[in-house]
Amino acid sequence: MSERTAIIASSVGLHARPAAIFTAAVAELDLEVTIAMEGEPADDAMEADSILSLMSLGAAHGDVVVLRAEGPGADEALERLVQILETDHDAA
Amino acid sequence: MNNEVLASTALVQQFSGVGVSAGRVVGPIRQMPGSVAEPAAGVVVPADVNVAEQGQRIKDAAKAVKAELLARAASLAGEGKEVLEATALMAADPMLVKSAIKLLSPDAPGGARTAERAIWEAGDGVAEKLKALGGYMAERVADVLDVRARIVSELRGLPAPGIPVSDTPFILAAEDLAPADTATLDPAKVIGLITSSGGPQSHTAILARALGLPAIVAAPGVDEIADGTEVYIDGAAGSITVEPGAELLAAAAAWSAQASTFSTFSGANTLADGFAVPLLANVGTGSDALKAAEAGAEGVGLLRTEFCFLDRAEEPTVDEQIAAYGAVFAAFPGKKVVVRTLDAGADKPLPFLTNADEPNPALGVRGYRTDLTSPGVLERQLQAIAAAEAAHTAEVWVMAPMISTAEEAADFASLCAAAGLKTPGVMVEVPSAALTAATVLREVSFASLGTNDLTQYAMAADRQLGPLAALNNPWQPAVLQLVKLTADGAALASSTTGLPKPVGVCGEAAADPALAVVLVGLGVTTLSMSARALAAVSAVLKTVTLDQTRHLAFTALAAPSATEARAAVRAGLPILDELGL
Repeated sequence: MSERTAIIASSVGLHARPAAIFTAAVAELDLEVTIAMEGEPADDAMEADSILSLMSLGAAHGDVVVLRAEGPGADEALERLVQILETDHDAA
Repeated sequence: MNNEVLASTALVQQFSGVGVSAGRVVGPIRQMPGSVAEPAAGVVVPADVNVAEQGQRIKDAAKAVKAELLARAASLAGEGKEVLEATALMAADPMLVKSAIKLLSPDAPGGARTAERAIWEAGDGVAEKLKALGGYMAERVADVLDVRARIVSELRGLPAPGIPVSDTPFILAAEDLAPADTATLDPAKVIGLITSSGGPQSHTAILARALGLPAIVAAPGVDEIADGTEVYIDGAAGSITVEPGAELLAAAAAWSAQASTFSTFSGANTLADGFAVPLLANVGTGSDALKAAEAGAEGVGLLRTEFCFLDRAEEPTVDEQIAAYGAVFAAFPGKKVVVRTLDAGADKPLPFLTNADEPNPALGVRGYRTDLTSPGVLERQLQAIAAAEAAHTAEVWVMAPMISTAEEAADFASLCAAAGLKTPGVMVEVPSAALTAATVLREVSFASLGTNDLTQYAMAADRQLGPLAALNNPWQPAVLQLVKLTADGAALASSTTGLPKPVGVCGEAAADPALAVVLVGLGVTTLSMSARALAAVSAVLKTVTLDQTRHLAFTALAAPSATEARAAVRAGLPILDELGL
């Protein structure tokens, strides 16, 4: 199991647009990726390919989230996903 | 032959309502699909229903909705495209679809649901979660519910909710339109609007005037005309004719030829005797302002600053505001631009400023009153307006919405002075401000009548309610009296202070050419309206002298009803019929 943390960069949190970009990136992977707020049990993690799950996570700007995935290429994949979360997509 | 005449007369089917935007057009009807009915709860699902098949139906319907939304997103650009793409992702979202599929199982709490009911409840669950998060996420609840309604329609084999998609232009018929519907309306496809409900100040009416689309509201029965039926609508007369004859087809053709000459307004509007009545535009953004300047507007009579705040979870920064206001000032170098400070609340709630739980939001903490509960927002806005003014040559006036007393006017004037803004004013939309205009205007440099709210408050009739359309009419003699009291009060304040105290109108009333004449006659000095209406209003004003406007205003004030006031004034303005206005 690979695990990485990311700090949400988007100024209004993980809302529709940043969530859409992130979900699209997860959907391209051949992996099951989960996302949870830092400190929450791994069992409560949500599926990262669901835009509604991401939004209902309620991650605000500056919050730390934990991404988890298992399988070949998981490390590289999570690295890419962290970068997406740590980019402010609202900055035009 | 007599029989034939009778037969054809019998076939003519007419509907009538309140004309809210002039124009004569002919086209096929497309009905706005009604809101999606909630699938019944507690329906017993037969034991032989194949749960896997029902699950597949949900997945297929979700995919179809996603594909349809993506196809629509592809035809858009910018923010609208991104919003629709995100909505499309929600449609086929694994969380939504999986939780719906779980509810199909006989093991689900409460037993097996139908596919329609399952997706309905799954949508409720997601909406509840988002609502609990508040702020921006809570605002996305509407998107989730929209997606859910689309999936249910797809499962039922019914057309998707929302404005119909068509390759050919059509006249849109509906019970009423919501702000969300009007945002997606394509004026290249929709050539007219008719609704069975709604009033003259409804969103449908305001949108129609902004787009220059002929429109009729409060016309009972029009939401039942069959799709594809050809109809003729006259947006000035408020009449709708099914299967129009040659005469009406010719009237529509004449209107479309006439309308092209209305596309230009020369600027510098005057009455027949040369008396100047500047025509200004109502705008919300820099791009609106550019269009208004192209249309000949002599300035901006209402800059609605809340457009810069809407869809925001937090207050925009001063720098963002400077850029937004500067874009409007840049479009009118050396010209007057009247900025209305933030008008949040009632039909324009803002999460960081207004309380959604007020029992009566129209009478609640809205407009200038939000300064009581969230001090600082207004001061920062005034600071931004002053900084934007310094960077441009536009002559900037600033006014506060929802002012009720001379005291509030004085407080606002001191806030403006502290920010270095030289021309403070007030909106007159609360009847108390109209009644005490002489003392209110001693405190500020000008007033602008917001006739939409002034009508709603004077008549105690909600702007959006179809059954109250007759009350909610700016032609009501009581509303005209308040306009006159404001103008008279301003004249008194001007003579006691020795300073000019102009009174403008920036409500929808100014865009009605007949009412514009009355307003001028009552003492209004400038009219501000949708840029689309400038040419038509100017075409009518230039046919009357100031004396004639006063005479017509007197006629309207003396009328016993709104209908009679309008009829009497229109009878005195034959130019309206000639121009089809």
